[in-house]
Amino acid sequence: MEFITDILLLSDSTLRISAPLILAALAGLCAERAGIVDIGLEGKMLAAAFGAAAAAAVSGSPWVGLFAGIMVSVILALLHGYVSIHQRGNQIVSGMAINIMVAGLAPTLANAWFSLGGQTPLLDNEARFTAIDLPFAKSLEGVPMVGALYSDLLSGHSLLTYLAFAMVPLVAWILYKTRFGLRLRAVGENPEAVDTAGISVTLLRYQAMVIAGVLCGMSGSALSTALGAGFIRDMSAGKGFLALAAMIFGRWKPVPTLLACLLFAFVDALQGRLQGVSFPLIGEIPVQFTIMLPYVITVVILAGFAGKMDAPRASGIPYEKDR
Amino acid sequence: MSGSATKLPGVLESVLMPMLNILVALLASGLVVLALGEDPVVVLSLLIEGAFGYEEAIGYTFYYATNFIFTGLAVSVAFHAGHFNIGGEGQAMLGGLGLTLAVFWLGSSAPVLSIILAVFGAALFGAAWAFIPAWLQAHRGSHVVITTIMFNFIASALLAYLLVGPLQRPGGQMPESSDFPDGTALPQFHELMEILGISFEQSPLNLSFLIALLAAFGVWFLLARTRFGYEMRVTGQNSDAAKFAGISVPRVTVIALMMSGALAGMMGLNELLGEQLRLIGNFTLGYGFVGIAVAFMGRNHPVGIVLAAILFGAVYQGGAEIGFEIPKITRDMSVVIQGLVILFAGAMPHLFRRPVTALYARFAGKGNK
Repeated sequence: MEFITDILLLSDSTLRISAPLILAALAGLCAERAGIVDIGLEGKMLAAAFGAAAAAAVSGSPWVGLFAGIMVSVILALLHGYVSIHQRGNQIVSGMAINIMVAGLAPTLANAWFSLGGQTPLLDNEARFTAIDLPFAKSLEGVPMVGALYSDLLSGHSLLTYLAFAMVPLVAWILYKTRFGLRLRAVGENPEAVDTAGISVTLLRYQAMVIAGVLCGMSGSALSTALGAGFIRDMSAGKGFLALAAMIFGRWKPVPTLLACLLFAFVDALQGRLQGVSFPLIGEIPVQFTIMLPYVITVVILAGFAGKMDAPRASGIPYEKDR
Repeated sequence: MSGSATKLPGVLESVLMPMLNILVALLASGLVVLALGEDPVVVLSLLIEGAFGYEEAIGYTFYYATNFIFTGLAVSVAFHAGHFNIGGEGQAMLGGLGLTLAVFWLGSSAPVLSIILAVFGAALFGAAWAFIPAWLQAHRGSHVVITTIMFNFIASALLAYLLVGPLQRPGGQMPESSDFPDGTALPQFHELMEILGISFEQSPLNLSFLIALLAAFGVWFLLARTRFGYEMRVTGQNSDAAKFAGISVPRVTVIALMMSGALAGMMGLNELLGEQLRLIGNFTLGYGFVGIAVAFMGRNHPVGIVLAAILFGAVYQGGAEIGFEIPKITRDMSVVIQGLVILFAGAMPHLFRRPVTALYARFAGKGNK
């Protein structure tokens, strides 16, 4: 019985941790599918986390926070778009520039506005996205199996977690079932053909960046207003890069990307539970090694799957219209 | 682009254009300062004063510049072979570990020998840390950008483990090693100057600056004068062409990335063997990432990289000084300025190409026709 409780707790934290990863990975997916490499996910996430926490702290409403987080992230996404599309600059350098800029700017502004040494005030529950009970969760609690699965595992997450999972079919539907999605994918594979068909490559890529900005904004907001209760320095802690790795592992496809995010989140949850646990033969694993685990797994996965063959063909290459 | 017909002369291309970009980055930084409710002009003069105002400040500026020369060269060497080494952070951490092991192994019995060994240890460990991502890129096609980022995190955790475990100062509480054996510290710049009879205020500037300049010369020689450097550049520009010309692309990839790792690893010489005199966790402080900007601003040429490194050193040192005068503007502000310089000078090198080319065409055109 204790084993089952362990599994349930582990799955529960996996779902919780996976939300920002899924949203950020989908953001990266939309950008790369349109031909723009977005290594600045990390920075956008951090910026959105700060924007959301600051706005929620001032207004007392998580919705104002979410809106602010999304706006900040969209502005940065458009900046990256401008560099990549209009300036034909190096997309990796641009992404790193955004990461570094935000790493400095968020604590600077937090310090100037709240004077708490680079963080935002702790958010009350009213200013956060707190756990919501799904319908009938309370009444089904006593039912064996169903109660554990539905009431304990699926119910009681924040709205942003449910939104994150809902975004997966939505993004898949947009990409594969709409005309806009077809064009967006085409612009990442063969922009010349899209251009020849009389459709604007520039506009499509900007649209993709806006979508990426919105998703990444939700991801950052989830960090500071749902999982956490306020902004702290460097709180994205490499999750943007992990999301990028999940997207590559998921071969630029929504559902496999979701599974990759769940795997990374599971390893992260496991890492939390392994601390201080003693194993037969090897004894206690030092905490630093469990922290390494997601990154090592990423490298092993990337080594096992030659990912470059599936990458959108025009991804990372600025489009130059021949005159 | 229509403007590309006119080619700009070298001076405009490599001096004026980067200058304009830096100017815009400073203007943008000024806006941030203004938004914080402070006077940008005051802040800028504090920054310049803090970076170049007195001997100690100059020493610090060049001390930080040394880190940026190493990491900038590292990014540039990989880039010439067509790859992005974002793993400078991790490679520098491992380089720090390598030199630490070297000096503890030899101890204070033969200080000069242990310094030489430390230089090799730093380069060797940095190169070794780059080897796995390099090999995976060359033979498995695993994207080196992602794998090197992952290796940064792994290196950071590894160092954290060693510094609270086997390498921790006996009886210590902090994540740091014991002090390096006596006599293994790199000579300070003011000590070297004293030998020449010149007095210079004390600062952490040390022999690594000269090692960095030597490395810059080495990189120039490699790229411009050797067969392997040529193979690297061909591979970087067109790996298919390189393959048809009989160049082993995987071999070039692995060696170039390992050289890149070695250069990043040597950053530890300056920070640890020059100043801290012990191994500490996360001593790299993002210098590896800034190397990307340094390489791009220096147009991937060793001379440009040294100049760009000095600029970043000045921003770093000057930015730290601002915090003492204006508490509202913390050290984070210098990170913001760095980010903006990377954005404008690194990612948007062509921002002013059109107007500058147009102006040049107008003035040069008069003389020609």
